Amino acid sequence: MTTTPEAIPTATPPHPARMRFLVGGGLLLAAIVYLILTTAAGSSTYYYTIAELRARGGSAVGEPVRISGAVLGDSIVYDANTLELRFTTVNIPGEQSEIDARGGLAAVLHAATTDPRAVQLPVVYHGPRPDLLRHEAQAILTGQLGADGVFHADELLLKCPTRYEQQLPQQSAAR
Amino acid sequence: MIAALSLPHLLLADFGLSAALLAFCSALYAIPAALRKDARWLASARNAAIAPFVLLTLAVACLEGLLYSGAFGLQYVNAVTSRAMPWYLRLTALWGGQAGSLFFWCWLLSGYSALVMLRNWRRERDLQPGVTIVLMVTLLFFLGLVIGLENPFNKLWVAPGGSVSAGILQPAGALPFAPADGRGLNPLLRHPGMIIHPPMLYLGFIGFVVPYAFAIAALVAGRRDDAWIRVTRRWTLVAWMFLSLGLLLGGRWAYDVLGWGGYWGWDPVEIAAFMPWLTATAFLHSVLIQEKRGMFKHWNMSLIILTYALVVLGTFLTRSGVLSSVHAFAQSAIGPWFFAFVALMACVSLGLLLKRWELLRGDNALDSWLSREGLFLLNNLIFMGIVAACLWGVMYPIISELFTGQKVTVGPPYYERTTGPLFAALLLLMGVAPLAAWRAGAARRLGRAFWKPALVAGLLPAGALLSGITQLAALLGLWLAALVACVTLYEFYRGAQARARITGSGFWPSFVQLVLRNRRRYGGFTIHLGVVLMAFGIIGIELFQSETQATLAYGEQLSIGNYQLRYDSLVEFPAADGRVITRATLNVNQNGRLVTQLFPRRDFFTDSQQPMTIPAIYSTLAGDLYVLLVGWEPAGAGGATFKVYVNPLVNWLWAGGLVFIIGTLVATWPERHELQTAAERARALHLPARSVTGGV
Repeated sequence: MTTTPEAIPTATPPHPARMRFLVGGGLLLAAIVYLILTTAAGSSTYYYTIAELRARGGSAVGEPVRISGAVLGDSIVYDANTLELRFTTVNIPGEQSEIDARGGLAAVLHAATTDPRAVQLPVVYHGPRPDLLRHEAQAILTGQLGADGVFHADELLLKCPTRYEQQLPQQSAAR
Repeated sequence: MIAALSLPHLLLADFGLSAALLAFCSALYAIPAALRKDARWLASARNAAIAPFVLLTLAVACLEGLLYSGAFGLQYVNAVTSRAMPWYLRLTALWGGQAGSLFFWCWLLSGYSALVMLRNWRRERDLQPGVTIVLMVTLLFFLGLVIGLENPFNKLWVAPGGSVSAGILQPAGALPFAPADGRGLNPLLRHPGMIIHPPMLYLGFIGFVVPYAFAIAALVAGRRDDAWIRVTRRWTLVAWMFLSLGLLLGGRWAYDVLGWGGYWGWDPVEIAAFMPWLTATAFLHSVLIQEKRGMFKHWNMSLIILTYALVVLGTFLTRSGVLSSVHAFAQSAIGPWFFAFVALMACVSLGLLLKRWELLRGDNALDSWLSREGLFLLNNLIFMGIVAACLWGVMYPIISELFTGQKVTVGPPYYERTTGPLFAALLLLMGVAPLAAWRAGAARRLGRAFWKPALVAGLLPAGALLSGITQLAALLGLWLAALVACVTLYEFYRGAQARARITGSGFWPSFVQLVLRNRRRYGGFTIHLGVVLMAFGIIGIELFQSETQATLAYGEQLSIGNYQLRYDSLVEFPAADGRVITRATLNVNQNGRLVTQLFPRRDFFTDSQQPMTIPAIYSTLAGDLYVLLVGWEPAGAGGATFKVYVNPLVNWLWAGGLVFIIGTLVATWPERHELQTAAERARALHLPARSVTGGV
């Protein structure tokens, strides 16, 4: 019901084409949803902490995963001739709430690199050495654990919270 | 004795903070004043909504003064500037960090609000209370965050124990503290693209608050006409243009700085900025149908609300540290507040929309899928499909953790596979829709109009096939882009031809007249041509990028495509702003002829211990030769390693971006008759005023 002076139909008059649009639109949306869901299922990677990945042992080998850890500066070895980059990452908590509880990302990264008992993971990556790769940076790696116990990273993202508290620029590198 | 802020700095900081506080109070006052059903109160509310812009301009000027002159006793100034930074980077550090950029955001928001008050006040009187309230509530929220949680005027204090804290008020026993130098902006952000990219993005983001405010006001006022859409049309276009420009500049920055020749990484923050762009683009299309045929009213209202909700959601995702991303700001306390704001906004908007649902019934019903309206609806559904794919990808880690306790992420392949087909469908629609008639859509008629351009466009993939390109995606993409180009160029030709026949003037004068008289239509077609050029660029770099790497001694060379690169020398020298530059010289031959010299570098910022790889790029229409210096032997030994990419057609992407923006400008520019009516309106408004003063 309406108070406007013009005559306004309170309901759209029944229209023969209406059904066609509902069905057609519905089919299109269903197709899009199907595309999204199947692709997401097919290309998703688990996000583990280094400790979780290590705990999975042999079953983790070859499985595409994403991990995040602190970079040990002394472990960085870069061969500019072959663009082979090796370094060791140290476990940090995966939960944001836990990181916050321990004083923020910078503190967590610092604690990880100075803790001799923390779980470590060697990493190999092929490509130019990213500018932000340094001691106590956070590395976010996508790739898989090899049978040799080394993590083979396809993609490498870095954050350095210690230097720039206001903003955390990162640099990402893709193969 | 510890150094403290100098007296002028102290005055500037306190004056700036006071101005910001006054702006907050003024905005707060405007809300109850706008609610009074009284013309004088409403006029007062209007003034109170303009005042924050003046006050925040003063406050921003103070902060700029502090940044420029190096008031390192302020937490924000200390974090984003240093003595070594050139003046323009110190000034643009205003948006280099969380607190400053939020403050900058507030200032732009107050600017938009003041402009709305000044430009749109006399028209649409009954919408004014609603518009004022929505704008001021938004301003209060952001300004409240700035003042309460992320204050750029926070001073540094040092406690007797030596620990440094930041705050507005002096903690008991603590002394003011001003370090001799600041920590400076991250070198990676010291790029011209980074100077203009954020303001453009913000101008785009914030601009969508204007159509949103008018939409909400129209819902509150229970209006069923769509005058508000006409009022805000240009606002939406302006915001959309800035957002497009921001996205393009961000892509260019990534291409130049991040060092792998990529312009778009499907990073959550990029997607967060892309989603409102998608919904706004859908809106700009479907609003045409509402204006012409009075349809899609619910849909358009929903799109306006969704666009603005995605703007706030994007800001929240970027700044709260919820997502891991290339751009994320530091974790901060603003997260929960943002979340509450988004939730409140969404609930109020949806509630209002449902309340007024009946009022927004369409005047006409759809007749056929193949009519212009039907194809526009299809276009909108596909845009929504892309938004859904993006949103699902961004939220996937959060959703999966909620239900399975395990974080699962999706990467660029997911986005490419889901949005790729949808973008292709959009291109197809872009080629078909201009051929379709309003209302009636007969398949046969459309087919007759379609087969010629379809066939002509087929020449391009056919040529590509003959030259050895067999990738189906590339051939299909080339055909679609060529189809859009054919149809769009034919539209221009047909219009100009018809006009030339009627007016009897030449083709080109008619062409110019045509565009000038129908700016929205032909601006839109120009944008489509920009998209076509961009599509060629994207097909080139995504499907045909090639790369190589080699370690060379002096005089040695490497080959890629038809280029030969000879490594000549390597020099190392210090630069004025405290960086040490290592620069290689390469001679580039193409098919045996020397075409250019390239100087890929690696700069090392000694103060922040931060290296920065700067690519050398040789650009032609055929593509970019993109060279990185990725390693070298210690001085003299002569060996250096280069990573080299050939990015075919990538400059079509940038050129297409330029055409895109030009098209948007054409579409946004007021048409002559509008300017005339505006002038008449102004005269009409001034005449009585003059007669009044004459009477006095």
